[in-house]
Amino acid sequence: MTVISVEKDTDALTLTFVAEFDADVDRVWQVWEDPRQLERWWGPPTWPATFTQHSLSVGSRSSYYMTGPDGTQAGGWWLVTAVEAPTRLEFQDGFADENGDPVDSIEPTETTVTLDSVGGKTRMTTLSRFVSLEQLEKLVEMGMEEGMTLAMGQIDDVLRA
Amino acid sequence: MNDEIDRIFHALADATRRDIVRRAITDGHSVTSLAEHYDMSFAAVQKHVQVLERALLVTKERRGREQLVRGRVDTIGRAATLLQAYEQIWAQRALHIDEILAEDTPKEQS
Repeated sequence: MTVISVEKDTDALTLTFVAEFDADVDRVWQVWEDPRQLERWWGPPTWPATFTQHSLSVGSRSSYYMTGPDGTQAGGWWLVTAVEAPTRLEFQDGFADENGDPVDSIEPTETTVTLDSVGGKTRMTTLSRFVSLEQLEKLVEMGMEEGMTLAMGQIDDVLRA
Repeated sequence: MNDEIDRIFHALADATRRDIVRRAITDGHSVTSLAEHYDMSFAAVQKHVQVLERALLVTKERRGREQLVRGRVDTIGRAATLLQAYEQIWAQRALHIDEILAEDTPKEQS
């Protein structure tokens, strides 16, 4: 796997992450389509995900929960908004309460995934769009290893000095 | 690290620019009023402000006939930091996808 590029837009609050995998497009699509494969990589290492409902068709809702180091569970959902198997997927990803119902106070993240065949490999582009810094902060809080957050906090400190 | 972070560090490496940011965080100041605080020409202060603008640390707002320099530190510092952190989430995901793909037998898989 090679990370090809990362672009961040601090005004529009978007992140575009491009990576290349040594597998064909159909195979990479499977890691998104098959919930058993998806849950092995979707959650951060400290918050592994379990998908209880998942299918890639327009209008379909996925349900999952992530389990934290102390056993705390955090619910999440996807709403699939566009699918062109096996090359394109768009979905919203939001927080859910203990009953699996969407939490409205935090906006969902909108993600567009495209898979392109490049010389026998697959280039995967994910574009994540955030609505607010509060939303992004919440996502990062859950997804980050502590050390990384500390390193990033140092930049904040410099800025505040 | 990306160019943006580099620009931020470069911009903050200078004492005058740090001082301008400090003043501009709490309130908007015209370049003229900022220049009164430093023993240098208006043009030199103007240049410092430009460096800060490019690093997205300050912005210029028009108020009447004046342009006010205002600090953007909170917004930009936080957005850049958070997006940088979110990038790490994707980097981890990509690594895990790669591990799953690596389990496939090298020949065929349906």
